[in-house]
Amino acid sequence: MAGSTLASPSVEAVPPARAPASPGRETWRRFRRHRLALVSVAVLAVLVAGVLVGGLVWPVAIDDIDFAAQLQGPSWDHPFGTDDLGQDLLARMIYGGRISLAVGFAAMAVACVIGVVVGALAGMSRRLLDPVLMWLTDLFLSLPQLPLLLLIIYLFRDSLKAVFGTQGGVFLMIVAVIGGLRWMPVARLVRAQFLTLREKVFVEAARSQGASPFHLVRRHILPNALGPVIVAASIEVSAAIIAESTLSFLGLGFPPDIPTWGRLLFDAKDHLDVAPHWALFPGGAIFLTVLSINFIGDGLRDALDPRRVL
Amino acid sequence: MGAYILRRLLIAVPSLLGISLILFVVLAMAPGDPFGELASNPNVPPSVRAALRVKFGLDDPIFTRYLRWLWAMLHGDWGFSFASRVNVDALILQRLPTTLFVVGSSQVLALLVAVPVGLYAARRPYSLADQVANTLAFVGFSLPTFFTGLLFILLFSIKLGWLPFVYQADLPGSGLAWVWANVRQAIMPVAVLGFFQAASYTRYVRASALDVARLDYVTTARAKGLTEGTVTRRHIARNALIPVVTLVALQIPAVFGGAIVTEQIFRIPGIGSLLIDAMLANDTPVVMAVTFVFAGLVILFNLVADLLYGWLDPRIALR
Repeated sequence: MAGSTLASPSVEAVPPARAPASPGRETWRRFRRHRLALVSVAVLAVLVAGVLVGGLVWPVAIDDIDFAAQLQGPSWDHPFGTDDLGQDLLARMIYGGRISLAVGFAAMAVACVIGVVVGALAGMSRRLLDPVLMWLTDLFLSLPQLPLLLLIIYLFRDSLKAVFGTQGGVFLMIVAVIGGLRWMPVARLVRAQFLTLREKVFVEAARSQGASPFHLVRRHILPNALGPVIVAASIEVSAAIIAESTLSFLGLGFPPDIPTWGRLLFDAKDHLDVAPHWALFPGGAIFLTVLSINFIGDGLRDALDPRRVL
Repeated sequence: MGAYILRRLLIAVPSLLGISLILFVVLAMAPGDPFGELASNPNVPPSVRAALRVKFGLDDPIFTRYLRWLWAMLHGDWGFSFASRVNVDALILQRLPTTLFVVGSSQVLALLVAVPVGLYAARRPYSLADQVANTLAFVGFSLPTFFTGLLFILLFSIKLGWLPFVYQADLPGSGLAWVWANVRQAIMPVAVLGFFQAASYTRYVRASALDVARLDYVTTARAKGLTEGTVTRRHIARNALIPVVTLVALQIPAVFGGAIVTEQIFRIPGIGSLLIDAMLANDTPVVMAVTFVFAGLVILFNLVADLLYGWLDPRIALR
């Protein structure tokens, strides 16, 4: 605040040759240079819009059984073809895509919250807490993730279904388990950022003014540590989408009446010879989503790294 | 070096204990009574059930139960499979070699692809070849193994008819034809898993080679008049590959995850497909034992990577 007032009000301010860009605009300028990331934003926007409003444009029921139209390839009536019960695949993909994407973003949020809390605690502690939390992080990193995911779902599936209903129970469990097994990279990043930031002069200045550790973290350290966390979060979304699809593909994720993209692939894999379209459309959707999110993450890495000169 | 090996071994023990504790807590928190069937059977009086609970120590303090469970797991006393009516350890030992063969060959393939491509891409960063390699790597690790597996089956088995898509562990026959049949059926699973890993390894190799290429001794080597190939092979590659060992070790849990998917797609009779089959058949002893084996394998390979790291870079062992 004090820095922005002019030294003397009588002196005319010389307009700078080029106004310093705001951080947001500067980030956008850097991000735009990554052409593939820019294309990916468009692709992802189309996919998200497709699953969100696609149901309005293509109002076909996902469980409309029509045995006259079994295993048909793409046509005007069924743009993505039909499955073995004659159900319209486009409608099923619109419905399932909403769940696949929701799992991806929700699991990312869970992973980031746990990771930021663990990383912040480890990064701020100067005593025993840091080594203990880092040991825990390393331990979780060396867990066999997919077997453990499968094990937890196998053991808790039925009781959660009883409490939250089929769809809600499976959704909550998958989000919690994927998020709970993927927070470690975020925790490490946050801790590393905290270790350097907490020794910076501006943090020391705030501390000398009597700021509490919580205030320091919230107002001074965490906002400066967010760049790498945002990059990691984008990667987490794609990892969570792959994890959910893998579970559903193995037949242990969502039940058949909730056709997530992975579940569609699971159902399609025994009909590959007669109905390849059934596998190609959902598989292609997963691939496009994951690829575009990964490219966006790469673009954000370029854009948010302040040391990089572009 | 001896002290280093000992220290690494001592670090591996608490991680094994930690992982076993997590597994046990998951199992202990799970709902359901192992004597559930007996409880609903009206012919079994409650006193018999109580006696059984005492006999198997189900009402003991949780810590005692954990120690007893851990002791049994470490002994190889893994129980009896409900579904296949054999001891679980026999079942796993019979399936393990297939999994290790597929995972091992896919890792060799991944490194055979990733090391040359990564080193080549790092020779001229941001050149056309580098950008092509980078984009391909992104595509590679954005293609989930279950989708590549289906695409491979669609292309090579159904459309072209070149390769079989069902894996048989006990092919009949002998001689060269038998070896060839084994290689043929392993090509697709190994390629699916190998290319997926190669994509991320390529990026590691490239980044690590770029770090090393800036160092002074590389400039010295160039100043001596060595050819670019010699500099890359003998000076850059040797040091650039050391950190890659650690990064490969960090990927091991993901590799075993990929193995489960691949085994399921190609119906390979390994421990990954055993895990899925046991889950679909509600065969809890097998599920627990296979998860434990996966955890043990991850720790074992991490230990191997650590020892390899110390051997490749003596500075690490001295610290």
